[in-house]
Amino acid sequence: MNLDLQLIWAGLIAVSVLLYVTLDGFDLGIGILFPFAKSPGERDVMMNTIAPVWDGNETWLVLGGGGLLAAFPLAYSVLMPALYLPILLMLAGLILRGVAFEFRFRARNRGRKFWTQMFSGGSILTAVAQGLVLGGFIQGVTVRDDRFAGGQFDWLTPYTLLVAAGLVAGYALLGGAWLMMKTKDNLHGDAKRWTRISALIVTGLLAAVSVATLLIHPRVAARWGFDLHDGFALELAKLLPLLPIPLLGLIGLGIVFVMSRKGSHRWPFVGAILVFLSGYLGLAVGFAPYIVPYALNFRQAAAPDNALGLMLVGTAAILPLILAYTAWVYWVFRGKIDEEAGYHH
Amino acid sequence: MDLDALLLSRLQFAFTIAFHILFPAFTIGLAAYLAVLEGLWLWTKREAFKVLYLFWVKIFALSFGMGVVSGVVLSYQFGTNWSEFIRLTGGVIGPLLAYEVLTAFFLEASFLGVMLFGWKKVGPKLHFASTVLVAVGTTISAFWILSANSWMQTPQGFQIMADGRFEATDYMQVIFNPSFPTRLAHMLLAAFLTTGLVVGGVSAWRLLKDRAAGVKTEGWSESRISLVMAVGLIAVLAPLQLVVGHASGEVAHKYQPSKTAAIEGYWETRADQPLHLFGIPDRNAQKNHFEVSIPGVGNLIQGVPKDEVIKGLDSWAREDQPPPFIPFFGFRIMVGLGLLMIGLGAWGAVLIWRKKIFDSPLFLRFAVLMGPAGFIAVLAGWMVTEVGRQPWVVYGVLKTRDAVSPVIASQVATSLIAYVLVYSVVFTAGAIFILRLMAEGPVAAVTAPSPRGQRSPGTPLAKAPEDTTPGRPDRVPGDPK
Repeated sequence: MNLDLQLIWAGLIAVSVLLYVTLDGFDLGIGILFPFAKSPGERDVMMNTIAPVWDGNETWLVLGGGGLLAAFPLAYSVLMPALYLPILLMLAGLILRGVAFEFRFRARNRGRKFWTQMFSGGSILTAVAQGLVLGGFIQGVTVRDDRFAGGQFDWLTPYTLLVAAGLVAGYALLGGAWLMMKTKDNLHGDAKRWTRISALIVTGLLAAVSVATLLIHPRVAARWGFDLHDGFALELAKLLPLLPIPLLGLIGLGIVFVMSRKGSHRWPFVGAILVFLSGYLGLAVGFAPYIVPYALNFRQAAAPDNALGLMLVGTAAILPLILAYTAWVYWVFRGKIDEEAGYHH
Repeated sequence: MDLDALLLSRLQFAFTIAFHILFPAFTIGLAAYLAVLEGLWLWTKREAFKVLYLFWVKIFALSFGMGVVSGVVLSYQFGTNWSEFIRLTGGVIGPLLAYEVLTAFFLEASFLGVMLFGWKKVGPKLHFASTVLVAVGTTISAFWILSANSWMQTPQGFQIMADGRFEATDYMQVIFNPSFPTRLAHMLLAAFLTTGLVVGGVSAWRLLKDRAAGVKTEGWSESRISLVMAVGLIAVLAPLQLVVGHASGEVAHKYQPSKTAAIEGYWETRADQPLHLFGIPDRNAQKNHFEVSIPGVGNLIQGVPKDEVIKGLDSWAREDQPPPFIPFFGFRIMVGLGLLMIGLGAWGAVLIWRKKIFDSPLFLRFAVLMGPAGFIAVLAGWMVTEVGRQPWVVYGVLKTRDAVSPVIASQVATSLIAYVLVYSVVFTAGAIFILRLMAEGPVAAVTAPSPRGQRSPGTPLAKAPEDTTPGRPDRVPGDPK
């Protein structure tokens, strides 16, 4: 049997990162929305909606990182030094956010306030850092002799800051929509407002990031059929097959706006996921097949076939199991959370 | 290559991994202990097991959380600081780390949610199954990470390609490399002992406190049960650990002779080595100062005939010698503590036999003092094995200095300072929360009402009924609304 192991692994890691961004996205979104909550009681409920699942959600990031290490060690060894400081910021944010779940419940008056701030601050820091990582990735990495050869602040540009702002807003949208689904009464009303406001901001930033991404690298523009070298030229044959991607995002935003107005509790979350899917695919089209833009493609960076094969055997056996018990855990904790019927008893 | 970046990267890795290992060392054993407690509770229906479970699960939740966040740092640090290591050996070692995520991390993370928050959502059997799966997950995790580490100590089953990258020729040889079985057994035993010592220490402290307060306890109180369980565990495992540790040392003697030489303080290659009990190894002078030695027994301890030549550090060029100070003293601290653990277990077993264990303040104080011994022994042991491997990152094949990322010293200094700051805040707070819980004790934490101001207003439990329904029992209510 002849499997294209390299392609399968590129796909698996892409899916893992997408799952991470979506799942931990709403966790982080709740941290981002924390400062807007009206009372400590509301914050308790917000945190309770994700307390049993956040750890599993974050594990997709470890799989994304670990999978990249194992399947594309060359890409991992170039990207991590290239993005050294934003990765550090992300890890610091994840530490503070992660321990805050336990510490906030454990702390007394002043400590409680502190860990509330650390939960929110850690989530925001994580989101910003991930945006910088994403932006730094898309704008390209300098590579010489299979090693990172750029500067330590290459990842800090207006473009990456714009992407970071977009990601923070996107996570807030996911978090808000998640809360609409998981809460009721006043908090649900707040969540609805947060969702709609985030969706407005996301609309603006998504448009800005799209334009900026086309400008950032001629290769990306060419992929979408634009030639911005010399005035403006458009090749419809290239653009048309890709149009469903931005269309998907617009449909997602439409769902968020229309269905939240209609009073739906679940559809806005579906809409928010579509927006993320669209953004993800839209960016992926620009840099594929590079795994270190625009220096190494995924075939150049892949581990030997026996490593990929060994891991695929395990993944094929275990991933369905992981998906099954993850789904079971979500099912166990289904339904609305409120102050009376939380998990903590 | 930047030498300062190398030194700072090593410091940073040592700092972050030393903090991290404290938590797995504790939670591997604690998860298993919780599974045993919950199983006993389901089986015997005895309230005391439930109370103990509910007490230790809170400490578990805190420790596990800190273990998770400090572990994520490590999986990314391979790339940020040791990218050449991954670029070269990723094809060999990568699948082991990926298997850890697939087989362990998801299992632990997912079922931890059910374990902590699922009391009312799933039945008791499913809840018990979740606890067991978390415990199984922590052990599987240890399997893979120790396999990867052992391969770095005793590499085999690979070849080096023309471009310098490593490729596996046989993954079974990679996974089950020579030092892996003994190292895994050694670490798992260390984890169980660490947990046993903590549980024993906390229980003994509680009993001492009750004695001091003049509380008369009859029969099997929670702390009595947990003390006897802990002492029984230590009495069996501590001697076993000596045997396994010795086997691990024999593997090192065979495959990593420079590590053995550093541990034993052997500078001279010779037959009939002495046993150095004490000394100050001096790399510059290439000898030990202030040696206290027993001549003629070194070979016996290594398990080889008296006339067999054992390599001293003079067998290697100076730059290929491990720095001997940390392996030499780390080993002696670890073994010394191990012997104290054996003493604790034996003494405790005799007292249990004579039914006097609860009436011996001296023993109880000893148990309290030994509470943190497991952590210190684990740290010392890992320092022995990691520093003893130097100057290699993959023993005999890849040097640490050739494994570091192309990053500059100022970057690494920034991240090191950031980690020190964040870890100081996080682990100080975590330690305070854990010690506070331990001071409250099992019974108090479950049944006694906590002062109103200390409870989060509006949490579900503020309005929960009076009975002590399990769950997050710290906020089980007692005071009227």
